[in-house]
Amino acid sequence: MMKNRSAAAPFAVWMLLFTIVPLGVVVWFAFTDAAGHFTLDNIAAIQGHLGTLAYSIALGALATVICLFLAYPLAYSISRKTERVQQTMVMIIMLPMWMNFLLRTYAWMTLLENNGLINRFLGLFGIGPLGMINTNGAVVLGMVYNFLPFMVLPLYSVMTKIDSRIIEAAQDLGSNGWQIFRRVVLPLSMPGIVSGITMVFVPAVSTFVITKLLGGSKTQMIGDTIETMFIGQAANYNVGAALSLVLMVLILLCMAFMGMVDKDEEGGLVV
Amino acid sequence: MKKTIGFVLAAGLILAMAGCTKETSGGSWDWASEPKAESTGVTLNVYNWGEYIDDSDVNVNDAFTHLTGIKVNYKNFTDNESMYALLSSGAADYDVIFPSDYMVGKMIRENMLAKINFDNVPNFQYIDESLKNPAYDPTNEYSVPYTWGTVGIFYNSEYVDEADLEDGWDLLWNEKYKDKIFMFDNPRDAFGIALKKLGYSMNTENPDEWQAAYEELVKQKPLVQAYVMDQVYDKMINEEGWIAPYYSGDGIIMMDEDEGNTAIKYFVPEEGTNLFVDAMCIPATAKHKTEAEAYINFMCRTEVAKANAEYIGYSTPQTEARKLLDPSIGENPNFYPPQSLLEKTEVFITLPDEINELQDSLWIQLKK
Repeated sequence: MMKNRSAAAPFAVWMLLFTIVPLGVVVWFAFTDAAGHFTLDNIAAIQGHLGTLAYSIALGALATVICLFLAYPLAYSISRKTERVQQTMVMIIMLPMWMNFLLRTYAWMTLLENNGLINRFLGLFGIGPLGMINTNGAVVLGMVYNFLPFMVLPLYSVMTKIDSRIIEAAQDLGSNGWQIFRRVVLPLSMPGIVSGITMVFVPAVSTFVITKLLGGSKTQMIGDTIETMFIGQAANYNVGAALSLVLMVLILLCMAFMGMVDKDEEGGLVV
Repeated sequence: MKKTIGFVLAAGLILAMAGCTKETSGGSWDWASEPKAESTGVTLNVYNWGEYIDDSDVNVNDAFTHLTGIKVNYKNFTDNESMYALLSSGAADYDVIFPSDYMVGKMIRENMLAKINFDNVPNFQYIDESLKNPAYDPTNEYSVPYTWGTVGIFYNSEYVDEADLEDGWDLLWNEKYKDKIFMFDNPRDAFGIALKKLGYSMNTENPDEWQAAYEELVKQKPLVQAYVMDQVYDKMINEEGWIAPYYSGDGIIMMDEDEGNTAIKYFVPEEGTNLFVDAMCIPATAKHKTEAEAYINFMCRTEVAKANAEYIGYSTPQTEARKLLDPSIGENPNFYPPQSLLEKTEVFITLPDEINELQDSLWIQLKK
């Protein structure tokens, strides 16, 4: 027991210093004014940013749904391949993550521009130029591209654990393709779906550079607003912290909700 | 150097490009042949922007050590705010720092700077008169200008009718160029332009004038393709758009013959503009004040100022050094605007908190 505790000590110190204490600081700033007195004004100031918050959640949710629909069949088909093919394919999915996030997004900017590579290619066939850059679509594309691996990997790791014999058994018992998916694969992969959604939705909602590079910075997401609060002219840490706190609470609520869904599904399986 | 939002990688690439294309004009200063000074045993702590001193043709810090016997411990910062945060925390003891105009004003007000003994800085005589006694240091006791530049409009001369330049800042509101216009993605520069267009001061403390500037930016928004900072280089060079306001010194890369687009030209609107200065100052906590003054004096020496101006690409305040620059730079009104235009420029000074808060909230509202 002693041994276990001392082994976990570095982690505990890390968590305390870099998670718990900073969180405490965020809460402190959110509930105080510039002079350090307790106030609820910062939390009330959020009313002015509800539109931005809703917009961020909408874009984040859309990106998450697209990721799920792209990643699910992909993860399933990878999980049914031989071990070697699986390793190669997972490697290919991970590959873009080895490059810096900013650089990847910057590359998309030059691809999508009116004189960008895609439009120049389409121009060869007399199509376009299509207005792709500086749109909401470009922002969602940027999110999907950057966060897709976070959806594929948890789905894949859950799906590799689905025994092929279970699927075969379902086939033997006369299930058609849809029934196998609905009654066998989907329930068994539910934990992967839940963690995939969480891992994509959370960073997508709070992202802040993608709108600048791909959205032309014409509409801010909540992450951009928080950034303006912290590094803008006034450096209003208090409202910035309050906005961060609200975002955190919203995300926690989403995760709690997802956790409940997860438990229900598992419960259903036992029955 | 202006604060640019942290596209570190992009900036890195551009700096790398700038490094490759930098021309070395002949006759660089052979400091090593001058007599070597005895070591004084003093090490001066200098805190400057990255890539903001010549370390190739003339290694300025090595030359200083050679000629004065004072060693230099040279460190870089990335923006005024982080430099300010480090100094105000008391965690560092620097002897010479290079804050921008508005930051000098802020640090003077907070008693963070020492008064410079100008008897030890005789080369101050070479500094351009119009840059002395600036708004951020009205009695010129705390700072010596190091580099300066202006904000102007870069435009693609193939697509933009030069007759439209007569409109000055209104060019950025010209319906004809809808979706081909870029705008600053930071509130101070964007509002500064709108205020200037309306004939107000960029440093106005009148909330109504800020509100009016906001209305102008709202009107402009449908015409703007994107709000950008350093992405402007790629976008202008690739002709994604035709018109972009930016900083004179940074923008030079867009017009480069090899890396840039030669159709791009630059002009400073007649209504006047923002003039920015990065200055040399001595923190109040400096341990080697006399040596710091020697360093500042050295930076104002003609050979050194010339080497730095060629390396950095910003305008130099040192009048003798300017005469030695290639005429395409030294005589170029874009980098050294005529006195008549200089008189209409304004240096940013730190605004009161309530104006800054108004500015941030209007900016967020604009981006909704």
